[in-house]
Amino acid sequence: MPAPTGAASVPPAPAPTPPPALVLRGLRKTFGAVVAVDDLDLEVAPGECFGLLGPNGAGKTTTIEICEGLTAPDAGLVRVLGESWDRDPRALRERLGISLQETQFSEKLTVVETIQLFRSFYRRPRPLEEVLAAVQLGEKRNGRVGQLSGGQKQRLALACALVADPELFFLDEPTTGLDPQSRRQLWDLIEEVKRRGCTVVLTTHYMEEAERLCDRVAIVDHGRIIALGTPRALIVELGARHVIEFQVGRADGPGEAPISDADLLALDGALGVRRRDGTYLLQSTQAHRTVPALLAYLGARGLPLDQLSTHSATLEDVFVHLTGRLLRDA
Amino acid sequence: MPEPSGGSSPPAPRRWSERPLAQLTLVRVREFVREPEAVFWTFMFPVLMTAGLGIAFRSKPEETVKVAVLAGGSAAADAAARLRRDPHLSVQLLDDSAAARALRGGKVALVLATHAGDGDLVEFRYDDTRPEGVAARRLVDDVLQRQAGRRDPVPVRDLAIRERGSRYVDFVVPGLLGMNLLGSGIWGIGFAVVDARRKRLLKRLVATPMPKAAYLASFILSRIALLVLEAGALLAFGALVFGVPMRGSFGALALICVVSSLAFGGLGLLIAARPRTIEAASGLMNLTMVPMWVFSGIFFSSSRFPDLIQPFVQALPLTAVNNALRANLLEGATLAQVAPELAIVAAWLVASFAIALRIFRWQ
Repeated sequence: MPAPTGAASVPPAPAPTPPPALVLRGLRKTFGAVVAVDDLDLEVAPGECFGLLGPNGAGKTTTIEICEGLTAPDAGLVRVLGESWDRDPRALRERLGISLQETQFSEKLTVVETIQLFRSFYRRPRPLEEVLAAVQLGEKRNGRVGQLSGGQKQRLALACALVADPELFFLDEPTTGLDPQSRRQLWDLIEEVKRRGCTVVLTTHYMEEAERLCDRVAIVDHGRIIALGTPRALIVELGARHVIEFQVGRADGPGEAPISDADLLALDGALGVRRRDGTYLLQSTQAHRTVPALLAYLGARGLPLDQLSTHSATLEDVFVHLTGRLLRDA
Repeated sequence: MPEPSGGSSPPAPRRWSERPLAQLTLVRVREFVREPEAVFWTFMFPVLMTAGLGIAFRSKPEETVKVAVLAGGSAAADAAARLRRDPHLSVQLLDDSAAARALRGGKVALVLATHAGDGDLVEFRYDDTRPEGVAARRLVDDVLQRQAGRRDPVPVRDLAIRERGSRYVDFVVPGLLGMNLLGSGIWGIGFAVVDARRKRLLKRLVATPMPKAAYLASFILSRIALLVLEAGALLAFGALVFGVPMRGSFGALALICVVSSLAFGGLGLLIAARPRTIEAASGLMNLTMVPMWVFSGIFFSSSRFPDLIQPFVQALPLTAVNNALRANLLEGATLAQVAPELAIVAAWLVASFAIALRIFRWQ
């Protein structure tokens, strides 16, 4: 039958409903006395971008490496693209793109040589030029891997996964340790992968990343999923939370922050305060009461307000809320 | 059964250069040649070693035997004058302490002391465990006795035969070749594998459909490719500069080199099968190589070790390799004649690969 367009990344489904891209049931893995994954259930739909979100040591990497067929679980069921790892692992690997945490490619090879090596492993590799262009490493094509920046190395790692033209893409902490600009570049790249119809499963401990990229996220802690849903739904579950961002002009010269956290927390509806690069982030249950109280407070202190904006709470707030409650007094 | 997906065409037949084995082997070779230190240790070091040893131990037939005569009295002066008449001797008159020092330091092979009052007794002082001491004693004795009027009842004639193949440089070049094959097999494969494991590159490769056998085979192929260069450089240098003979067939030599190189590569793979750090692997490599450097007859014959440990010495792969190389190069031995050595090497090859593959840690 004729394919409708040139894009052929989604095979015609024999069944009316395609199988989930990933199914985990009762997954469990221990290393000695440490329980890395504790009875974890998960289902990822085809075409979805799914994020495993959690702190270091939460079991994200163990979970994703079990999915990748690199680690055997102690118990539980794993179905990747409807297949089990013990049937035909090589055929399954043809359909997966994998980017591990902290892979160091050989520094003495060039970008092209590295990509060509990985292309040779697949029966139907994507053309070299297409992959180079996708990760924007065309200018560095003959540069040694050892000379690349952190962001470029990470894009090379993605290129080595993209050569598979994967149906399912696993990314373990794709932007950890990168500067903001490289991170944004990588996000654009992952979004491009999503547009090709590829299912993406990624781990991250950057809330911003999960919020921007993921259709759904699972918040993982101590090997268990403690919250699951779309980023928006998770935030809504917290209650009608807002964050008020403001900056105060330096009336009294540079140096010490002129406002104490205690003063801000005393404002009507205020729940918490964080600072980032001279900006105050004031969490509030009811912005319409906190904002007037803030303005009155600043007015009384004679502090000029440089910038003021309010936005809805982020996943970061959800995470602090959830794990804070779980971990407090622990 | 792989079914072709959707509208895409079946995979185009790939050129050999786009296949995993070719790509992996290219990677190995590229990594090697882009590491200047590795190139030096593999190619230049054995050549420099040959040059140094060949010059230090060059055969000097015109060299004289150095002896000292203890100064004091006319008997000593008389003995020195007689000895000086022989062109093979270089004689100096020294006092007691200087003579003792010269003997200890190897500057003279023998000290001659005269005892005028004791019936013209002559005393030879020399180290009887050193060949040059023993030779000097015979020569000096001979000269003294003849000059004193001894007549030899059996007439003799000297016919000098200087043959290539019996000099030290001829002995050491096959030994250095064997040592080089050992080093590059174990270091070349061992470090590359452990480094890839440490950098999690091994894990990344296993996450692709790469055939694992191709990964290991790439080491073997690259080893053979580099072997041609490293063995060729050393043998060519030895043959052209020092005239080291190559009496055996070239095919047999090539086969010995390939089998040896693979056996050492297998040892490298075995060493690298599990360690996660370079340090751990280095320890194992030294543990493997140092005994062979000592016992396997690189710089001196392994037959010098006592009979008690000979079974151990002869079972070492490098001993067998060195013996086979010397037999081929110096004696022109056929493959059948070096079959026992090749069997030992082949046994190491099979055993090390078999164990390495069984215990190999891919992650």
